[in-house]
Amino acid sequence: MSLIKYESQIREPLVDGSKTYGQITDDICHTIEVKPTRLWYIGFGISLVLLTFGVYSVYREVVYGIGQWNVNRTIGWGWDITNFVWWVGIGHAGTLISAILLLFRQGWRTGVNRAAEAMTIFAVMCAGQFPIFHMGRVWLAFFTLPYPNTRGPLWPNFNSPLMWDVFAISTYFTVSLLFWYSGLIPDLATVRDRAKTKLRKLLYGVASFGWTGSTKHWQRHESLSLVLAGLSTPLVLSVHTIVSFDFATSVVPGWHTTIFPPYFVAGAIFSGFAMVQTLMVITRKVMNLQDYITISHIEVMNKVIVLTGSIVGCAYLTELFMAWYSMVPYEQDIFFKYRIAGAYGWSYWLMMSCNVISPQLFWFKKLRRNVTFTFVMSIVVNIGMWFERFVIIVSSLYRDYLPSSWSIYYRPTIWEIGFYVGTFGLFFTCYFLFSKYFPVIAIAEIKAILKQKGETFKGGMDDLETKEVEKFYEVTHHDDHHGAVTVAGH
Amino acid sequence: MKKENNMALKKFVVGAFDDEKVLFPAVSKVRKAGYKIHDVYTPFPVHGLDHAMGLRETSLHTAGFIYGLTGTTTAVTFMTWVFTKDWPVNIGGKPHFALPAWIPITFELTVLMAAVGMVLTFCYISQLAPFIKKHHFHARATDDLFVMVIECTARTNEEEVRNFLAQAGAIEVNTQVAEDGWWIGRYDREKQLYKDQAIVA
Repeated sequence: MSLIKYESQIREPLVDGSKTYGQITDDICHTIEVKPTRLWYIGFGISLVLLTFGVYSVYREVVYGIGQWNVNRTIGWGWDITNFVWWVGIGHAGTLISAILLLFRQGWRTGVNRAAEAMTIFAVMCAGQFPIFHMGRVWLAFFTLPYPNTRGPLWPNFNSPLMWDVFAISTYFTVSLLFWYSGLIPDLATVRDRAKTKLRKLLYGVASFGWTGSTKHWQRHESLSLVLAGLSTPLVLSVHTIVSFDFATSVVPGWHTTIFPPYFVAGAIFSGFAMVQTLMVITRKVMNLQDYITISHIEVMNKVIVLTGSIVGCAYLTELFMAWYSMVPYEQDIFFKYRIAGAYGWSYWLMMSCNVISPQLFWFKKLRRNVTFTFVMSIVVNIGMWFERFVIIVSSLYRDYLPSSWSIYYRPTIWEIGFYVGTFGLFFTCYFLFSKYFPVIAIAEIKAILKQKGETFKGGMDDLETKEVEKFYEVTHHDDHHGAVTVAGH
Repeated sequence: MKKENNMALKKFVVGAFDDEKVLFPAVSKVRKAGYKIHDVYTPFPVHGLDHAMGLRETSLHTAGFIYGLTGTTTAVTFMTWVFTKDWPVNIGGKPHFALPAWIPITFELTVLMAAVGMVLTFCYISQLAPFIKKHHFHARATDDLFVMVIECTARTNEEEVRNFLAQAGAIEVNTQVAEDGWWIGRYDREKQLYKDQAIVA
């Protein structure tokens, strides 16, 4: 009959302020129901301009061919595949937050999962453009699909890592979209039931699939979320593993390493969390959601960044060691002559300082909880991670086995840059539309954790703490014996 | 609007609760008293409510497992057929049956089929799709109220149920005559009960 403390002394509330269920709905639905702010129009306008420039750049590539880019026979992948890997990597944090943290019962994911999943979908949409347009004759892109055709039928080579990519990226996009949208249905129903205008009633009515909130439907919904999370977790690991196979299964020095899959996955989570930070810092400020995306959310994500950044740092050093230890002259030359030094040495050191050295500042709690610093760092990390892919691709390609095919200077053309800029346009156009027309925070999930992790409830805990163990067990575990899915976690 | 087979007008007593702590005991009280709970509509998943209501566990995950297995077998058999029967290509003298190289695609197809299959099944068994409409007993059931709906049978004393719900802690109690099933409709148009339509016609 002893007394126990069960309110965590370390963990902070996940929802600040004393909120009721109704207030949560009001706070999150507010931006959907009012006219967009001037800031929104400006941001959306800039995104559209970037997107238009991107569309024109792609148009030139389609009409005039890959020659519009500066890629050549030696450096065949250039910016294009660098951007592909970069965008796919960014997408990974969304799945990590929505799926892996769901399995780990991390309550803090509820504040950021919806926006992070949206980020995943938009990032994968951007990523997919690059390999598709790199094919050159983009109108024949469907040749990658195994369909009964009139050419034999001639099937694609299922043993090729590039073919694995087709399956991995399209599966990843589909599953992420389903996961995101199935989570959105109840929240869209909330917006529908509050709707005042006819148009909103119609559109949100269509989008919410006639959701009523029936207990049986919730039960199935929970089961669906859990299984989708269980499927997405190995999926997200497999996707960047397969992306790394594009390099690792080749015989190019600097690519042909077994370390690539875990190293790529860690890097993906690293850059993805940085992008989540960039978006969250802006979203919480512009949409006034500081009570839901709290400083402790930001701090937790900064911890993930310092962890994954250090893993990536370890991988960089391991690569250097293995190159030396392998005694293969080509490997050694790539790393010690052409990567950390040589024509592209500057990009290596940019990568090192952005990815490995600067995130170490997050060991200081003060900096982890500083919003401005977090924002700056999130951009620094993403610059670093872009250069990581650039270093891997370009510095391995510009020095081949044959000196006759060496190429000193690869510089992107304006249309190559324009394509990249265009995907920013696509990404932010989608994100702006999402933030205006969809609930950016999972309303139902926040409500589900409110009474366990909200500030109001934590206050009420002091009272309960004076009660006995059995009573506490009864109060908190009334529903745990059957092992039901607990989205919020306990 | 044509009448569908799955529809029928029924009478329901509706009680709205504003706290799940009150809802739980109310559910067990109502069940003990022998009333038939049609459904409880909640704004978020209330854990343990399904068990309190005596609903059985969903088998959706089993369906997901079967869909996943379908994906696995489809991928393996298809790639085997292509590379050993339909068009065996000699790739550097490597074996035609290259199972290790097929693992990535097999895995992706497993996940894809499991996910797509489960979501479609979920929508089908819960009757969720664009333009599907159901009766909503309370507009705030997706906002901040927990709405318990009790179906009135021929023997139910409506007044008694209403008092019972009020005593159990419902902040709002009323009686509604509503469609039991779903129909094709739009949310920007008012719902029309068949009773009303009949008068118009």
